[in-house]
Parts: sequence; structure tokens; C-alpha cells
Amino acid sequence: MTGGLRVTDLSFDYGPKKALDRVSLAVPPGQFCALLGPNGAGKSTLVSLLTRLLVAPTGDIHVAGHDLRTAPRKALAELGVVFQQPTLDLNLTVRQNLSYFGALHGLPRGEMPGRIDAALDRLDMRARGDEKARALNGGHRRRMELARALLHEPSVLLLDEPTVGLDAAARAAITDHVHDLAQQGLCVLWTTHLTDEVRDDDALLVLHRGQIIDAGVTGDIRGAQTLSDWFLTRTGAPA
Amino acid sequence: MSGFWGVTRAIVGREFLRFIHQRERFIAALVRPLVWLLIFAAGFRAALGLSIIPPYQTYITYETYIVPGLCAMVLLFNGMQSSLSLVYDREMGSMRLLLTSPYPRWWLLFCRLFGSTAISILQVYAFLAIAALFGITLPALGYIAVLPGLILGGLMLGALGLVLSSFISQLENFAGVMNFVIFPMFFLSSALYPLWKMAESSPLLRDICAFNPFTHVVELIRFLLYLQLNFHALAWVVLSTLVLSLLAVWGYDPARGLMKRKG
Repeated sequence: MTGGLRVTDLSFDYGPKKALDRVSLAVPPGQFCALLGPNGAGKSTLVSLLTRLLVAPTGDIHVAGHDLRTAPRKALAELGVVFQQPTLDLNLTVRQNLSYFGALHGLPRGEMPGRIDAALDRLDMRARGDEKARALNGGHRRRMELARALLHEPSVLLLDEPTVGLDAAARAAITDHVHDLAQQGLCVLWTTHLTDEVRDDDALLVLHRGQIIDAGVTGDIRGAQTLSDWFLTRTGAPA
Repeated sequence: MSGFWGVTRAIVGREFLRFIHQRERFIAALVRPLVWLLIFAAGFRAALGLSIIPPYQTYITYETYIVPGLCAMVLLFNGMQSSLSLVYDREMGSMRLLLTSPYPRWWLLFCRLFGSTAISILQVYAFLAIAALFGITLPALGYIAVLPGLILGGLMLGALGLVLSSFISQLENFAGVMNFVIFPMFFLSSALYPLWKMAESSPLLRDICAFNPFTHVVELIRFLLYLQLNFHALAWVVLSTLVLSLLAVWGYDPARGLMKRKG
């Protein structure tokens, strides 16, 4: 597989504490892959490694065929990220936030307005473009962060617990939208500890204590149980 | 190359926007040196007799003596302020956005450094303008000649801020920086008193002051304001800037795991 996201034998530790233990995974283009894990399973560490905020001593990460270790610029250019923590500058307008990000990704200045309009249109946010980020509610801020993550047209989209703190309607809207994106060909890795965000035909990876303990199609994995019950029995943690 | 330029413009532009949004910061940055200049210096004027030392060619008032030190003080406080905002960015998450840009990390850091230095320099000129209004003036060309010194000094102190921000794990620890970095750097320098004066009371303190890179930022600025170049100070500042920049790049190396604590 050349496109998509591929992780091979990735290990990482914080001093004596092992955070990730030989994690391998592959998400092809067009797939929505949910990475389910209880708190402390190592999800955030994995996200930090995938975004090169941290570098692991062992293991490889390929984003759209580019090795993050040897070709970080090409790999990061193909990666769109929605972080768990909000990363908007609340004093700037929506457009200013987007154009700051676009510049960080080297988008030409001339293309920026068109790209920003398109990104905002995709998420029905164009009317809010000139408002300060501070004026948006939690759901809209998240939507804007998603629009921003897609601004440079990445082929891999990484979302780290993107629905934390959102109400049910906003959660459903974001989840549906990202599923649509995957159907349109984007490779999506969605980390969560909430089982109701995962659909039966999604690919599922279960991360527990730094290891992938299950991988497959959600419907097949859970069998007759609800995903929540299955997850509970498998990890001993309520989902 | 246009991408590199775009990144620079975006990061520097954001620093400016942030600065404009924090009007209190600008006022505080101006009031601080003015308090020293108009109150402290006025009080000490009588107590401290200054002889003619280079670059001065006549007797000078104490107010005139401390202007270069106060310019450097603006740079120092701004460097620390920028360090504080880097730690804040890291806690708030916006640092992630910056560091996941595909551009090289050292370049992203340099742009931050450049942006905060540019803001420092604006503040220095605002301070010099107000000082001039109060009658404390310098040679006209000195205002232009000092610019390269301000840039270099700003970069050095900004790089110091970067290094500190990479080692400070939490925002709460920032008060320590104030006590253990800013105050010793400022007081153990030639900003408020010439080194020969310091040597009269303690040769050891004088040696510490002479070793302090901040002293050399002050002296570089002082000489440039009087259209002279102090090569010794220049060499010290260049060397310190290089060392601190390398340390900053090392401090932000992803393999070192700066983001670990927030991972």
C-alpha cells in the first residue's frame, strides 16, 4: 500500500512507563478507521508521534507513502489534523485563523481566499468567516478546525477525540461529515473512547495499555454484543 | 522559497496581531523603563557621580547613562514575555499547530524569534521617543545606528526566551524565571552602573557582570547610540546568540520530547 497511513512496529516510552508497545496499523485511502481505547491507552501518544510532535526511537510511520522520519516535510504536507485540544486563536477571525494555517502549510497567497471559501462552504461556515473565533460555540469551533485541517487538501486526516465537549447534535454532525469524507476517498484515523461514534462498517482498532489488541471490521468484531458491551469486556473499562 | 516567505509573514503577522490585542502589554512595556528613567534615575542622579568613560565625551547625567540599559531592558522583558507566550501556546495547544507545519522546525522558531524581536524594537523606539520628549536626547544618527544592535540584542534575548520555554514545563513555573533570570541578568550588568564603579565595591561582582551577555547587549547599544562600534561587545553578543539559538533548536527537537509532558 503506498497511500493512506501505515505504522510499523512503533514503540514509545516515557522513562520507565511504556506508552506504546510495537504498534502496527494500516489505513488505506477511503477508509474510516476508528481507534478505540480507554483513557490512558496511548492514543494521544500515538497522535503526537503521527504528527511528529514526538519522535519514536523505533518503528516507522508512512503518510501517503512518505516516511515521516526521512521525509517529514512531504509526510506532514499530506496530513490534516484535528487536535483534541482547541488550537484556534480566539482573538482572530475565522478567516484569519485559516489563512495563518494555510501559510504555515505553504499555500500560495493568491490561492488562499478561494481555498478558504471552499473549505468554509464544505462545512457550511462561510457566513461566519468574518466573525472572531471567540464568538463561535463549541460545535462551530470544531467544525472550523475541521475545515482548517482540510485546507491544504491532505490525503490523510487524523482526528484526536474530536467530539470531546460537544453536544449530541454537534457530535453527530461532525461524525457524519467525516464519514462522508472517507467515502469520498480520504484516509481517516479517528481516535475516540466513545463507542457510539463507530459504525459497523468502519475499520476498528482497539488500543489498550499501549498495544493493539483487536483489529478488523467493527460489525464482525463485536458479534452479537453492542460495541459498548464488547469494549467493556475486552478492556475492562466502561466506554 | 515563496512558501518560506509566506510562513515568515504569517508567524510575524500573528505576533503583531497578538501584540495589538494586548494593549496592556504595550503600556506595561513602556511604563517599566520610563519609571526607571524618570523616577529612579532622577533620585540617583545626585548619588552617582559618573566620570567620562567611552563612548561619552563629556560629563553625562545619570539619566543619559541608563538609557541604553533601559533599551536592553525592554528587549529582555520582551524576550521573556515571548517565552511566556510560547509556554502558554504549548499548554493551550496552538503550539501543536505551529510545529506540525511541514516547514523545518528551526525555521518556524526563527520566525517566532524574528517576530518578537521586531515587536521589541518598536517598543524600544517608543521608549526613546518618550525619553526625548523629556529632554533626554542622543545624537540624531545614533537612533538609526543603534538598529542593528537592537536586532542582534533582541534576537539574543529572544533566543534565551526560547531556550527557557523549552525547559519550563508549566506556566506556573514562570515566576521562577523572573527571579532567577531577569533580575540577576539586569542587576548584574552595566545597565544601571558602569563596571568600574562595580569594581570599586567588588571585583568579583565586576567579573560576573563582565561575563553576563546582557552587559554586552547594553554596551553594544550604548556605543552604537554614540555612533561607535564596541567590537568586544559585538563578538560576545554574536557568540551568545549562536549558542542560545543552537540550544533552542535542540530544546525543541522532537526526539527530545518537548511535548511529552502534554502527550
